[in-house]
Amino acid sequence: MNSTILNFIQNNKDSIFNHWLEATKENADERVTKVVSDQVFIGTSREFIDLIISNIKSSNEEFTSKLSDFSEKIVRLGWPLSFVTKGLQTFGKIVFEGMQEAGIVTQENQMKVIYEFDGWMTPMVNEVVNMYSATWERTVSLQKIALQELSAPLIPVFEGITVMPLVGTIDTERAKQIMENLLTGVVKHRSEVVLIDITGVPVVDTMVAHHIIQAADAVRLVGAKCMLVGIRPEIAQTIVNLGIDLNQFTTKNTLKKGVEAALELTSRKIVNVEGAE
Amino acid sequence: MENQSCVKIINEWDIVAARQLGRNVAKELGFGTVDQARITTAISELARNIYLYAGQGQICIEKIYDGGKAGLRIVAVDSGPGINDLRQVMEDGYSTSGGLGAGLPGVKRLMDEFLIDSNPGTGTDIKATKWLR
Repeated sequence: MNSTILNFIQNNKDSIFNHWLEATKENADERVTKVVSDQVFIGTSREFIDLIISNIKSSNEEFTSKLSDFSEKIVRLGWPLSFVTKGLQTFGKIVFEGMQEAGIVTQENQMKVIYEFDGWMTPMVNEVVNMYSATWERTVSLQKIALQELSAPLIPVFEGITVMPLVGTIDTERAKQIMENLLTGVVKHRSEVVLIDITGVPVVDTMVAHHIIQAADAVRLVGAKCMLVGIRPEIAQTIVNLGIDLNQFTTKNTLKKGVEAALELTSRKIVNVEGAE
Repeated sequence: MENQSCVKIINEWDIVAARQLGRNVAKELGFGTVDQARITTAISELARNIYLYAGQGQICIEKIYDGGKAGLRIVAVDSGPGINDLRQVMEDGYSTSGGLGAGLPGVKRLMDEFLIDSNPGTGTDIKATKWLR
């Protein structure tokens, strides 16, 4: 790092910061300013500038750990990546212009300074982008795991009767899981009747219907009966429009009716106890 | 165009994004819950067709106005392998992928107007419209 640039930045830290803050505030879109208060904005911005400057002074390792802390904080605040990279660019531009004004950069050494400047800025930008994407990747993979955990539980409710409530969008991956859980669960719980509840499925298209029909067929093969419950009126209409044949299913509009029908199938029923208070 | 918004279909989750968009537009236009379900299901079918057969393409949702009538148009465009026999795919129960074969004829029944244009090798272009009553 060229010592003249370093000295310039250190000597003019405050004026550079103020300049930078002004320029960034102008450019910052609503997404940034809306989510944080002015105080947080200025505080974080100062941290950001300090971080950039510490990159010049401190060792590489120290900087990397600081940077990872900072990017985590930024991600938590919900600042877009473009804002941070743009901030770095603005910082570079302000420093460069300032040096030009101060006469440090002249016609002769211009190219050399630009070259050195670039060699200092580019790795930093790369580092920030890397940190950012790593943080996002971690978040996404965690969410994927969380999503899988709530995928397709099979709940035994009575002797021989189990319920599988489906919530959310059914994609190929989930359809596979539904099938697996359904079959292993039916065998494990010795179910006679399985109720598939689709109250929480937003859209039933041909693919979803196809998967449910296949699952029901497989359940029949292992000796149980499948019932489809929780069909909302609008879903019923779209199923009819699509021309999907669900004739081989017993269907009910609520889980409650489904449980009653299932009890009937297994020769039981719910009765009111007389004399109970 | 101001009244048009598009979603690129590249992976399976884009299907969800497309129908979310469709549902929002349908809500804005004042469609009832049944028609909302019809529209989202139709989008789901068309988007899935793109994902399954063409690999990638685009779903656009347009608000259209015609002589005091308002409506929603789904435009599904891809540059995949195209369809050889249009009459065959519009028949119930025809599927090349082991599905139910109710997709395209189903979409036609779910919507009010349905236009399909496809040539083998150049891709498929489907326009489906639902009018607000």
